[in-house]
Amino acid sequence: MKFAVIVFPGSNCDEDAYHAAKDVLGQTAEYIWHKDADLKGADVVILPGGFAHGDYLRTGAMARFSPIMREVQAFAERGGPVLGICNGFQILLEAGLLPGAMLRNKGLKYRCEHVHVRIEQTDTPFTCAGKAGQVLRIPIGHGEGNYFAPPDMLRTLEENRQVILRYTDPEGRVGADPNADEWNPNGSVNGIAGICSQARNVVGMMPHPERACEALLGGVDGKVILDSVVQSIRSGTLVARA
Amino acid sequence: MIDSKVLERHGVTPEEYVRIVGFLGREPNLTELGIFSVMWSEHCSYKSSRVHLRTLPTEGPQVLQGPGENAGAVDIGDGMAAVFKIESHNHPSFIEPYQGAATGVGGIIRDIFTMGARPIALLNSLRFASLDAPGTRRLLEGVVAGIAGYGNSIGIPTVGGEIVFEPCYAGNPLVNVFCLGTAKASDLIKGVASGVGNAVYYVGAKTGRDGIHGATMASAEFDDTSAEKRPAVQVGDPFMEKLLLEACLEVMQTDALIGIQDMGAAGLTCSTSEMGSRGGAGVEIDVSLVPQRESGMTPYEIMLSESQERMLLVVKPGREPEVERIFDKWDLHAVRIGRVTDDGRLRVRDRGQLVADIPNRALTDEAPVYRRPMAPPEYLAGVQRLDLSVLASAPGARVDGNAALLGLLGSPTIASKRWVYRQYDHMVRTNTINMPGMGAGVVRIKGTSRALAMSVDGNGRYSYLDPRLGAMLAVAEAARNVACTGARPLAATNCLNFGNPERPAIMWQFAQAVEGIGAACLALGVPITGGNVSLYNETDGKAIYPTPVIGVVGLLEHADCVVSSRFKESGDVVVLFGEGRSELGGSEYLKVVYDLVQGVPPALDLERERALQELVVALAEEQLVRSAHDCSDGGLAVTLAECCFDTAGIGAEASIDAGDLTGDRHVNEAAALFGESASRIVVSLSEDAVTRVLERAAAAAVPARVIGRTGGNRLRIAVNGRLAIDVSIDEAERRWSAAIESHFVRKIA
Repeated sequence: MKFAVIVFPGSNCDEDAYHAAKDVLGQTAEYIWHKDADLKGADVVILPGGFAHGDYLRTGAMARFSPIMREVQAFAERGGPVLGICNGFQILLEAGLLPGAMLRNKGLKYRCEHVHVRIEQTDTPFTCAGKAGQVLRIPIGHGEGNYFAPPDMLRTLEENRQVILRYTDPEGRVGADPNADEWNPNGSVNGIAGICSQARNVVGMMPHPERACEALLGGVDGKVILDSVVQSIRSGTLVARA
Repeated sequence: MIDSKVLERHGVTPEEYVRIVGFLGREPNLTELGIFSVMWSEHCSYKSSRVHLRTLPTEGPQVLQGPGENAGAVDIGDGMAAVFKIESHNHPSFIEPYQGAATGVGGIIRDIFTMGARPIALLNSLRFASLDAPGTRRLLEGVVAGIAGYGNSIGIPTVGGEIVFEPCYAGNPLVNVFCLGTAKASDLIKGVASGVGNAVYYVGAKTGRDGIHGATMASAEFDDTSAEKRPAVQVGDPFMEKLLLEACLEVMQTDALIGIQDMGAAGLTCSTSEMGSRGGAGVEIDVSLVPQRESGMTPYEIMLSESQERMLLVVKPGREPEVERIFDKWDLHAVRIGRVTDDGRLRVRDRGQLVADIPNRALTDEAPVYRRPMAPPEYLAGVQRLDLSVLASAPGARVDGNAALLGLLGSPTIASKRWVYRQYDHMVRTNTINMPGMGAGVVRIKGTSRALAMSVDGNGRYSYLDPRLGAMLAVAEAARNVACTGARPLAATNCLNFGNPERPAIMWQFAQAVEGIGAACLALGVPITGGNVSLYNETDGKAIYPTPVIGVVGLLEHADCVVSSRFKESGDVVVLFGEGRSELGGSEYLKVVYDLVQGVPPALDLERERALQELVVALAEEQLVRSAHDCSDGGLAVTLAECCFDTAGIGAEASIDAGDLTGDRHVNEAAALFGESASRIVVSLSEDAVTRVLERAAAAAVPARVIGRTGGNRLRIAVNGRLAIDVSIDEAERRWSAAIESHFVRKIA
């Protein structure tokens, strides 16, 4: 199966996503330049991390206008699996493919470190290989990962089970106030680390699963995310959903 | 028009002016004087340091490119090269910490990809005044944010570094940045211009008035008006550099280039004259063709601008459209601004009219070289004298082992730097296999089984007390840190931070340090492949400690044999390689507990050092050791404590002997626990490996001794059978973790 890795000017985790798909998972992978208008028959689309267009305006705000984003939107509407990682998540928010917005981290500093996230839902193409409640140790690296949604939207997200990853302690526990929990690295509302679309095929997450796919790099928990999409495409569940 | 005031403003001496007139056969115009002034500035010409730098060892079978190009390169097997260099951005970072540090990172990255290499790792070496001194926090926050802002955005991981706090860096912080890249050895490209008529292209950011005379600023001391020099600091744009990086690497794949050089210090002036000079050719450009950010810029301003993220390229005939197409793809526009000539001159025109005409050699090879007078500084004899018998009755003598250890762990120089490196993306590119804080940074090389280790080290206090020995110790420590990961040290780069070379005492320090570096690099088999000199690090006549910073790069044949500094299992045996020699001179202990910067630094036997490093590399290759930690700042006690940190609380028990230095038990114990004797490494290994490891050490003539065992949740160290240290790992680690962070905690609701 074929992974499309979208390359925006300023993407910098594109090679990492490509490496994970091709060299670790053993799948086909292809870079797609943001000015292209063709996903070249990809089965899954990854919007990688980075600083598209320098993120000078607002993270992801320029990238949503790239020609390839029309194709990504159409692919998502057909039910194709789309994963936005970090800056890719921010772009999906700006493009309206996922609800909500990103604020600067609480503490106002960029943070790069391993965090723990709990899988909340397994009926998405990027979490189906995991178990509900499973805790993954995956790195983050961002300055604007403080996920925000207004109360109504937040309630809808939770009711629709669209929150699929949440920051927790190493045992999978959330503190009394999830917004200010010491395990919540950026102040995200409800400790949200990742969400899916209402149709569940579009997923955005701040942690970097592609950075946690090899034991040599300190852990393989991120592989659950990428294995999920391979499994879900193979099993044909996605096609049914589309 | 050119009078003594104009010369002074340009930092050109009357004697130098006479030479300029000699080269030209006439008086220069103002544009020409400006060009000479930046190329002959200390920063660009190395006029005070060159005679000394020539003595450094620069050769070896592994060296593919020595000093003189944009960066050095070494062979790392599989037909690949590691390209690396260190550079300072001290002066700009003092004036504007964020942009100064950011553009330092941008500059060193350009040096690496200019060589045709893909940059894959960054390190930095920083010096500030005491953390609680006024202004330090602002500088530290700004510098760290600047490094993070640039490196994170461009997507090159910062995998390690060091930070030291000393009062002498008040008003003169040091910001040294190191970058490493990899390339196919056959793809390395140089900064040359050749082939008469070939097109000279300009690509990247537009030229503005920022940074005019940056190189001259970096060649003068500071005083209380320095803040007014802010316009001489450039502003960085990491996004532009990311585009340049990708586009240049794509262009280099086409084989359409003759040469390429970035525009760093002295901008267009330096790149045109150096490329011409290296290629034995001339370069002629028309400044009116240079893309400009502001209107009304004069040729003088355009030639001297240090606007960032700009490159100069010489393209093979007929290949121009191909090159232009690639830059267009990245929304960059390569502009033809001139051509290569055959007369060895830098010729600058403005709308066709000649505005500067200078032989290249006058700007480069024949720039002034000074053999400046040297004399040992007067302070030396006084500070080298350390009367240990006085220690027994000094207030510090009342500080017991536990309190001294906790004090050292809480000293910002030794404490955890997590607050800093957490702000750097240290994992992007998914190669980082030894994280910051774990000793040398290690990145695997994708597509091979290998990895590269790198470390930057320097101890200004040692160099202040003995510049030659201090510099030797810096080389030894950097190489030792690399060896501790299991990597064989390959080569080195140096960043020499000193005061005003016109003072004989400073020049003596410099010459001594270079001598020390040379001796150590030769003995340890790590030739110098490039580097940078930063002089005039003085404010109001007060110089910094002489601070040579050494970067060493090493090669791990098998990435999965990498060793980190932390204990791995309870019940492992702890072995000390090397010998403590009861040396307290220049130690962090004397400074933290007694507030003394006194004595001579630890002795260094280079043959022993080499044997030690070779031993630990061999043991790592055979996977006989589980951890290895270099023993330096804070001595054996701090090393053992650090081995226990980040391990979820694995403790250790150890028993060591003390020498008989003074007859005072307290001082003898302190020397054994906190003395910083060189050439020591603490390793941990499984019980069944002990015999083999001790045999191997004996065969290598490296002193080795079982000193204890890992386990429990306390660190307990007995000296001569008496329990001198007994602390809970939890408490010690809290002290160590919080020391820097607690200065920056902000309550945000």
